[in-house]
Amino acid sequence: MMLSCRNLVKSFSGFVATNDVSLDVEKGRITAIIGPNGAGKSTLFNLITGHIKPDSGEVMLEGRNITGSPPHKVCGMGLARSFQRTNIFPMLTVYENIQSAFIAHGGKGLNMWSVSEQQFRDETAQMIEHLALQDIAYSIAGEVSHGAQKQVELGIALAGEPRMLLLDEPTAGMSAQETHESISLLDRIAKERGLTLLFTEHDMDVVFSIAHQIAVLHQGRIIATGVPEEVRRNEEVRRVYLGGGKH
Amino acid sequence: MKASAAGLSKRIPWMLVLFLIAALIPVIGSRYYTFLATDIIIFAMFATSLNLLIGYTGLVSFGHAAYFGVGAYVCAIFMKDLGVPFLAAWLLGGVGGALFAAVFGFFCVRLTSVYFSMLTMAFAQIVWAICFKWNDVTGGEQGYPNVPMPSMAWLEWIPWIGGLRIDHKFFYLTLILAALSIAAMRRIVHSPFGRMLTSIRDNAERAQFNGINVRLYQLIVFSIAGGFAGLAGGLFGIFNRGVFPDFCYWPKSAEVLIMTILGGIHSFWGPSVGAAILILLNQYIVSYTEYWPFVLGTILLVLLFGFPGGVVGAIIDLFRRLRSAARGQR
Repeated sequence: MMLSCRNLVKSFSGFVATNDVSLDVEKGRITAIIGPNGAGKSTLFNLITGHIKPDSGEVMLEGRNITGSPPHKVCGMGLARSFQRTNIFPMLTVYENIQSAFIAHGGKGLNMWSVSEQQFRDETAQMIEHLALQDIAYSIAGEVSHGAQKQVELGIALAGEPRMLLLDEPTAGMSAQETHESISLLDRIAKERGLTLLFTEHDMDVVFSIAHQIAVLHQGRIIATGVPEEVRRNEEVRRVYLGGGKH
Repeated sequence: MKASAAGLSKRIPWMLVLFLIAALIPVIGSRYYTFLATDIIIFAMFATSLNLLIGYTGLVSFGHAAYFGVGAYVCAIFMKDLGVPFLAAWLLGGVGGALFAAVFGFFCVRLTSVYFSMLTMAFAQIVWAICFKWNDVTGGEQGYPNVPMPSMAWLEWIPWIGGLRIDHKFFYLTLILAALSIAAMRRIVHSPFGRMLTSIRDNAERAQFNGINVRLYQLIVFSIAGGFAGLAGGLFGIFNRGVFPDFCYWPKSAEVLIMTILGGIHSFWGPSVGAAILILLNQYIVSYTEYWPFVLGTILLVLLFGFPGGVVGAIIDLFRRLRSAARGQR
């Protein structure tokens, strides 16, 4: 098992954002978490990656208890994450964004004597090519298109050679075309690298097209998990979420 | 053609050119210019150290003068009371600045944005209060006068410089030590560590997720900046022939902050240019009018509103625009 959450509970001044959530993610599988706004998807991600500590419950990454470990430690254990709000280094170039990630993950961050430009050049160039960012490699990252910024963010996450990737709404704010492209890219990368993928998504087409497993969150609780077909047929899920438009 | 011109401008060792031009000042100018140039060089070093925090890491310190003052006192006390040779005392001043910065920084980096700034200022005021009251060691309110000039016998070996007046010799000593310090800072900002600092400035959350212990990096750069401020302070104490509590007082922190922002925080040389502008403006306006604070304030206001990226930022912007205009015409 790549990741298991056991009975996670988190409340914010009385409001229960995560209510007894247990979730298992198998190695090499693509798992989607769906649920209406405010269902607690981002909170669950934050609990997993150590941004917030649970009131109770455990998070296990490959059998190691990582509950409450700070983000910079969690990421050293092979977990990488992208954020809902695009999260890059806006004043650095696209190239420097990805190079920074290589420097950080390569443990060269405290080196004060070498020249940063000469670090991990091959790896960075390869990643840039992998993500088809060559044309804008030397543009300021904060000034490129939204879709490209998401790719940059993915590049930063992949630079750490994670075994597991958490993506919070990877296609938020993208056009249909961009969504399609980035999803097929994600699918390809996950397969090539044998990545375990856990993502939240609002676009149902995306979810049902690539996920092996789907978990449905509602009011902080998981109301269903299973393969896409099972979830699609689940009565409660249909009622609260998939059920013909308005609910 | 354009590309080769840009390549050429990159290949010119600008630091060396600047160093050689500065080295000519005592030759062509009067004692007064040498005096001003020494002042500017020391403050350029001080402001550049502050910019390691502001421009490169995104930490706005309102109390950077504390470490400048500590360095000045440590260097002066070791030289005068303990008879330690200048170079060792000077380095100890830097160590002193770095140690104080490490201790205060330990608490400061736990806070962010304006709370960080206020705490740096509070610590600086504590340092000032101690220097102001601790008569036995710092000389208290009266200051610590008559700091000896370093023995510069080794300069005698260099032809021509050996025969110069002591203040000209001290100018060359300052120029060499400041150039080495600034070169070291330049090395740091271009190192992988420097890149991590800019990534923290841009997005601390993301940097943390790259596995960077953000607070640790902030503490390290805070100590380094304090160390270089201490080195600048050591030189200034000798140049000023005395160390006084107002070296650590908040207007000194404000002064170096203005230099840094005025010159431009997004360029390595910005703070040095800012130091030169502020010191020269100060000198010239004072000699023309008794209302100099008013005139200086007005000029600074115009400069800061007119060039939000600082003077150097505006110049770089202008060059970029000219280049793209030239490209557009072809």
